[in-house]
Amino acid sequence: MIKNVRGSGELSPRTRSRYHNVVLIELRELSKRFGELEAVSSLSLTVEPGELLVLLGGSGSGKTTTLKMVNRLVEPSSGAILLDGEDTGAIEPHALRRRIGYVFQRIGLFPHMTVAENIAITPSLLGWDDERSRARVHELLELVELPVDMGPRPVSELSGGQQQRVGVARALAAKPKLMLLDEPFGALDPITRERLQFSFVRIRKDLGLTAIFVTHDMLEALLLGDRIAVMHEGKLAQIGTPSELMRSPATAYVEQLMSTPKRQADAVERLLDGEPR
Amino acid sequence: MSEQLALLPEYLTAHLQLSLLALAMGALVSIPLGIVATRIPWIEQPVLGVASVVQTIPSLALLAVMVPLLAAANLQSIGFLPAFIGLMMYSVLPILRNTVTGIAGVDPALVEAARGVGMTPGQRLFRVELPLAAPVIVAGLRTSAVWIVGTATLSTPVGATSLGNFIFSGLQLRDYTAVLVGCVAAAALAILLDALVFVLEQGVRLRRRTRTVGATAVLVVLFAYAGITFALPYLDSTARPIRIGAKTFTEQYVLSELLAGHIERDTGLATEVLSSLGSTVAYDALRNDQIDVYVDYSGTIWATVMNRPSLGANREQVLREVERWIDETHGVTLVGTLGFENTYALAMPEGEAERLGITKVSDLTLHAANMEIGGDYEFFARAEWEAVETTYSLQFSDERAMDASLMYQAVELGNVQVIAAYSTDGRIDTSNLRVLEDDRNAIPPYDAILLASPQLAVEQGHVIASLAKLTDTISAETMRSMNRAVDEDEGSPAEVAREFLDSTSIR
Repeated sequence: MIKNVRGSGELSPRTRSRYHNVVLIELRELSKRFGELEAVSSLSLTVEPGELLVLLGGSGSGKTTTLKMVNRLVEPSSGAILLDGEDTGAIEPHALRRRIGYVFQRIGLFPHMTVAENIAITPSLLGWDDERSRARVHELLELVELPVDMGPRPVSELSGGQQQRVGVARALAAKPKLMLLDEPFGALDPITRERLQFSFVRIRKDLGLTAIFVTHDMLEALLLGDRIAVMHEGKLAQIGTPSELMRSPATAYVEQLMSTPKRQADAVERLLDGEPR
Repeated sequence: MSEQLALLPEYLTAHLQLSLLALAMGALVSIPLGIVATRIPWIEQPVLGVASVVQTIPSLALLAVMVPLLAAANLQSIGFLPAFIGLMMYSVLPILRNTVTGIAGVDPALVEAARGVGMTPGQRLFRVELPLAAPVIVAGLRTSAVWIVGTATLSTPVGATSLGNFIFSGLQLRDYTAVLVGCVAAAALAILLDALVFVLEQGVRLRRRTRTVGATAVLVVLFAYAGITFALPYLDSTARPIRIGAKTFTEQYVLSELLAGHIERDTGLATEVLSSLGSTVAYDALRNDQIDVYVDYSGTIWATVMNRPSLGANREQVLREVERWIDETHGVTLVGTLGFENTYALAMPEGEAERLGITKVSDLTLHAANMEIGGDYEFFARAEWEAVETTYSLQFSDERAMDASLMYQAVELGNVQVIAAYSTDGRIDTSNLRVLEDDRNAIPPYDAILLASPQLAVEQGHVIASLAKLTDTISAETMRSMNRAVDEDEGSPAEVAREFLDSTSIR
């Protein structure tokens, strides 16, 4: 299936044709200044159709700002973003956002609405009829592995993991071709986080989505990303497949970053061998 | 008690009209204003600032200041409108402030989520921000509702009927049952409204259908009742009743009922009494045709309306000058004198006066420094007081303004040594006070005079002719005994007035 995507860096023609409905995103010379501070400077990269690109970096690296510029939650100071060749600056912001699924770091479910109402929010903004929305909610609850009778429950009764599953379902509700995820599992405990990561990998395979995934977690980046774009101080340090980044890091920062999982694994191994810390 | 309860439906209805319409209008102004303030950051502080300043104005003053403002704008300056506008302004701050803080307090993550799922700014406001801010906004509405229902009792002095009529006339006539009825009814109404809005908000928030529907139904019924009863008189094409004004003391209550009874008996026209008006409010209301007739006193018009010095004024001369001036300046008709004077008169306990050998005001000069003087709310601000002070070089150790009904008690108990009493007040006798002679004529004459509005003079000359029959029919002695009858609880003002009309044959 799409196993061949990982590590290849390029989609095979066959894969590309299978995902003929998925989009290509192009960031051109993208910059964002907040007063004196240049949060993102002159960033250019391309996300291939059906690809999951991880934006990896520490806090203040500009990764979240970059993500938010894609659906215009943050307006670029200069540069452009093209979706299948269409300049996003020319699309009404709310219309653009209805075409792009967004999963928030702080989940952001509406507490005055039920689970079903939260999931169906974008369809309702698009004017879907009740029957179609109800069917879609049912379908999505199954997809994110939640009980289908959970729809009428208030979101406050859900656990953190369940809430973010609803958050993912909400982002997928209007059948977007592009998903943006801003450290979606960062606030969850390790076991829940791992479960959701696996669920997400499966969902993405099923739907063949194009996605940009922001994280500062090296391990998460390696597990989920087809390619990883390492950002440092607002600039793109390096972009490539995980193995490319491991094999030939372009800068000292990337090298240090790439070696952290290995160092941590070694430390765990030594601990298991009974060596003193 | 039964007399008070009979008045309850009328007063309660008027109170509901005022409170609910002011609250509804206040919310219609404040909530949109609050929303705008959260959208345009630089206007937030000025808007909240102005609302806060309005809130610091004492409520009675805010209502009272509406009277001259509306009169200057040629609008209805007495009755419903000044009370309504004052109350509405008073309701703004809690709702406005809570709208602003409620919306500003919505979790920024949710605002971003609302934008992220593709809401337009309008959808974000109505689907996310307002629902989440609703509990805070409703809390503001509840605060306003309670304030308005309480403050509406102060609309009586600006001529709007309310539950305050019980309280103002009750305090004046020392009828504490009436005061209690007014207070309990106002408190019950405040609690009811507060509870209804609370249940409604809870029902919506917790999605309890019965609560929501129930509270909505009761509120709709209340608003509909207030709206319909308010609109009916305007739809009624029959002529409006002759409106008679009364200021805030016993004699005025008796005289207004007396005028009403006389007009009804003599002309068959319907009448309406607007009681407990502030002193100058009454005159302004008359010259603007908002009341048709009331009783004032020549010296009051002379000193406070015409702003003339009062030193040594001659009685006949004052009367003729007042008659000419009010006609030329405002088109107000002086129908006639009633036959008695009600002047401010300095009075002190008989025993104390005897001991100090005081019979006239000039005798006070030596003792004033060791005495405190009491007077009604307006006395110390009036030209007469200034004239008394300068004519007799009086320097009292303190001047204490108080409710007129408490003044006699205060001098009897020795809390003050001298009071500015009313010469026709029945309590001068019952409190055993000596009236001090105004030996240097500092206080102008206070002939009770019947004044009629310009409109009444033009359109209903026969009413003026009928009123003229009352000229010189009430002696000071008769007036004092009627006042005493009311003050001593021998009858309500209406009953005492009826007795007078029954016993005399005015034609």
